[in-house]
Amino acid sequence: MSHSTTLPAGENGQFEFMEMGEHHAPNGTLLGFWLYLMSDCLVFAALFATYGVLSQSFAGGPTGADLFDLPLVALNTSFLLLSSITYGFAMLQMQQNRLRGTQIWLFITGILGACFIGVELYEFYHMIHVGAGPQTSAFLSSFFGLVGTHGLHVSVGIIWLVTLLLQLNKHGLTTANKRRVYCLSMFWHFLDVVWIGVFTFVYLMGSMA
Amino acid sequence: MSEHHEHDHHHEEEGPHCSFSGYMIGFMLSVFLTAIPFWLVMGDVFTSKGITTMMILGFAVVQIVVHMVYFLHMNFQSEGGWNMLALLFTAVLLFITLAGSLWVMYHMNINMMPGMS
Repeated sequence: MSHSTTLPAGENGQFEFMEMGEHHAPNGTLLGFWLYLMSDCLVFAALFATYGVLSQSFAGGPTGADLFDLPLVALNTSFLLLSSITYGFAMLQMQQNRLRGTQIWLFITGILGACFIGVELYEFYHMIHVGAGPQTSAFLSSFFGLVGTHGLHVSVGIIWLVTLLLQLNKHGLTTANKRRVYCLSMFWHFLDVVWIGVFTFVYLMGSMA
Repeated sequence: MSEHHEHDHHHEEEGPHCSFSGYMIGFMLSVFLTAIPFWLVMGDVFTSKGITTMMILGFAVVQIVVHMVYFLHMNFQSEGGWNMLALLFTAVLLFITLAGSLWVMYHMNINMMPGMS
């Protein structure tokens, strides 16, 4: 008897909470992944801040204006930008439940991502070859730290993309696979957003100094 | 209420609605917003470095917003507004980290090592 009087009960005898009518996402994966991306954004914020502080500390070594090859950076930027729109096409194909189209556009996206990584590795190899490795100056350490971390993210994205293509091949466009394709799209577009900061802040501004 | 809930569930399964025109608008804007800064720097359009820096930083900010809207489908409705809230919080932290580091370290360099600047 005391049980029923101490606890508040609703109209049909069930307990009511203040948040009863509030919206709860039935599946929090997309929100959770977005929160991960935001925390990743803070990693890049720290790396950008480090680069900003050390960008003039050449220690008698080469400067950005000596090293950066802007036509090559423009090529790399177009690879990443094109891969963003091809991922968009993959999303549109997935919306129409076309498995083959989704796979083809994802594959093209992966190729463009691999081209981006290839050009970046060539650039790194060239810089280290002419004696501008990460150990040369604080400027170059922070440069390799920032651009290398972005490149590492794109590489992981490509591995994820290949895994996803295999998953799609095996299981088709299931709800879980669609969710994965959508999460990777956020990851991919997010890396493109970070690259906007890199080519503006590092390459374009570094070439002017 | 139940209809509303069902709609939400449907929405959650599909992710956001994307359209061909949306992606194309975003892509076209991105191409222009990328090409113009490269042209400004590679073509030495302005003699003043300060003006060029301000211009390319402005283009970068606009392009980031374009990518957020057209590619990442950011709005105030997705996930009940939590996506946007997390983004704004991150933007504040980003600003504090970047502006704070540059500001503090610039003045450290000026005041602590007068002979080296």
